[in-house]
Amino acid sequence: MRVSLKSRLLLVMAGLFVSAGVNSATQPYKVGLMLPASGTYAALGSAIENGFRLYVQQQGGVLGNRPIEFVTIDDESNPSKATDNINRLIKRDQVDAVVGTVHSGVAMAMVRAAKASDTLLIIPNAGAAVFTGALCAPNVFRTSFTNWQPAYAMGVAAAQRGAKTAVTISWKYASGEESSDGFKEGFEQNGGKVIDQLYLPFPNVEFQPLITKIAALKPDATYAFFAGGGAVKFVKDYAAAGLKDSVALYSPGFLTEGTLEGQGEAAEGLFSVMHYGDGLDTPQDNAFRQAYVQAYGVVPDVYSVQGYDAAQLLAVGLEAVSGDTSRRSDMYAAMTAATIDSPRGPFTFSKSNNPIQAMYLRQVQDQQNKVIGIATKALEDPARGCKAQ
Amino acid sequence: MDITVFLVQGLNALQYGLLLFLIASGLTLIFGIMNVINLAHGSFYMIGAYMAFGLSPLVQESVGGGFFLTLALGLVLALVLGYLLEWLFFSYLYERDHLQQVLMTYGLILVFEEIRSLLLGDDAHGVPVPALLSGVIPLGDLMTYPVYRLFVSGVCILLVLLLFWVLNRTRLGMMIRAGSSNREMVQSLGVDIKTLYRLVFAAGVMLAVLAGMIAAPVSSVYPGMGDQILIICFVVVVIGGIGSIKGALVAALLIGVVETFGQALFPELAGVLVYLLMAVVLLCKPTGLFRAT
Repeated sequence: MRVSLKSRLLLVMAGLFVSAGVNSATQPYKVGLMLPASGTYAALGSAIENGFRLYVQQQGGVLGNRPIEFVTIDDESNPSKATDNINRLIKRDQVDAVVGTVHSGVAMAMVRAAKASDTLLIIPNAGAAVFTGALCAPNVFRTSFTNWQPAYAMGVAAAQRGAKTAVTISWKYASGEESSDGFKEGFEQNGGKVIDQLYLPFPNVEFQPLITKIAALKPDATYAFFAGGGAVKFVKDYAAAGLKDSVALYSPGFLTEGTLEGQGEAAEGLFSVMHYGDGLDTPQDNAFRQAYVQAYGVVPDVYSVQGYDAAQLLAVGLEAVSGDTSRRSDMYAAMTAATIDSPRGPFTFSKSNNPIQAMYLRQVQDQQNKVIGIATKALEDPARGCKAQ
Repeated sequence: MDITVFLVQGLNALQYGLLLFLIASGLTLIFGIMNVINLAHGSFYMIGAYMAFGLSPLVQESVGGGFFLTLALGLVLALVLGYLLEWLFFSYLYERDHLQQVLMTYGLILVFEEIRSLLLGDDAHGVPVPALLSGVIPLGDLMTYPVYRLFVSGVCILLVLLLFWVLNRTRLGMMIRAGSSNREMVQSLGVDIKTLYRLVFAAGVMLAVLAGMIAAPVSSVYPGMGDQILIICFVVVVIGGIGSIKGALVAALLIGVVETFGQALFPELAGVLVYLLMAVVLLCKPTGLFRAT
């Protein structure tokens, strides 16, 4: 009796092992790409997707023994459709992992769904603090930044560059407030004083009243958080108001990322802080840029890098378990412990799964965000409210 | 707020209000006179801005450039576009109810956005200010004011006068006004109302395109810019009274003042002040400030 039970158990285990082996080796690993393909952030979405696919291609379409299969969905940067979209990927398409997205409001729904179903989620852009803060989870990773990171580093750098007083300006939404407060923290810890924090409703682009207010306040520096069309208009309005030379304009990189062609002369000479930039001139970055240009015919930007690194991170996880995704906790642990050899420079992950990375000080020169130094080395987000780990 | 800052903010308000009027005037013309709810109006504004961006290199290549030449070319194209759209789509809508108009014009928004994305991509662009108007005027030691913004205001004021003159002082204006109050009667009197409406529609499109083109250098060019402006345009039209050019002007200026000073003085409320204004106006005068022209 005992013997037969034991042998039965062995048989079952062997069966499981074989079936797991079959699954791992031949079954494709399904990656759901939930990114914006239309709307304001469409360009960012395609840069991330290109970066991700480039790395997978470079590995011959296979990561950790598993051929990668893609399921794509356009999230339209629309939070009201986000829950439906993410559920479609997880429940209907049965994806193994989700990569997305740009907009923090959409990412919010994705994080909740990923946590509820224990699906691996890699966020390649959305910068809201909560994803690796109060909502942090072992299966939720980010390969980009928190809004706090470049903002805090810019505050440090602005104070070091001699500014004593500053005004912040941004749209009134979570990312804008996190960014403005991050700048304030870094700036005031280094002896500066933020004398006013200006906000306007998202996505209003009538900046003139607030620019006039800045002119009247006469600070040493302005810290601005805008992106896309708003960033183009703000930089042009700021220069046209004659403030560019009298009140230094500092920003996290978004103000001058993908917008330089539109901003033209008005952006020349502006300082920003970001975890990537032009002219890093490291072997990793040069190789990445060359491959990207060859594949897509355009120069990569920070979003492409974030997508590329998301694929690298997934590869680390799958390789650690040789494609056997039933060993989830081993896979997540390997990813948290990973050092990613990114084009931006190598980086590691905090316990809350957010990059610990260098923040570069950059200046716009000849329509490029040239890296001119390091604002802060290996900056780690405080991950406020993350209790899980 | 000291007096210089106050004056500069006043100038900001006036300038913003006039630009709003320019965009909304085409909407009130089409909405008020032809009774068509045109959600695609914002798209015409967007098309205008992208024309300013996309046509200028072409004009540069063929005849050596010039902002005003690009402007003229854009306006002609807008007229043709408006004429064709009326012929193909809008002429079927006059007798339909508003829901069908909303559905079709919403469909047009999607079509225009997609065409824009295919032709010119999804990046944000800037259009350089024409050299002739690129100067700045210093305002005390506070800041400078770009000449181009004043030029935009000037164009808007000219257009206000032109619209008033055409609608109230010319035979064409008389026919348009008569058509808006009783279409069948005007037709039976021997006026070719179809062609007339086609022209009014084309003129409405042209106004939006003109607004987009001259606003492009100050506002930048980006996807979704039309949707953003559409809502505030409807607010202008509703506050001013549907179909009233005078109303649109007053409403646009009012909104300019409320937005500008709201942002400067009560930043916490800036997002809702305009809608508060609309609610108050509608409570006191449900049909808007003025009656149709």
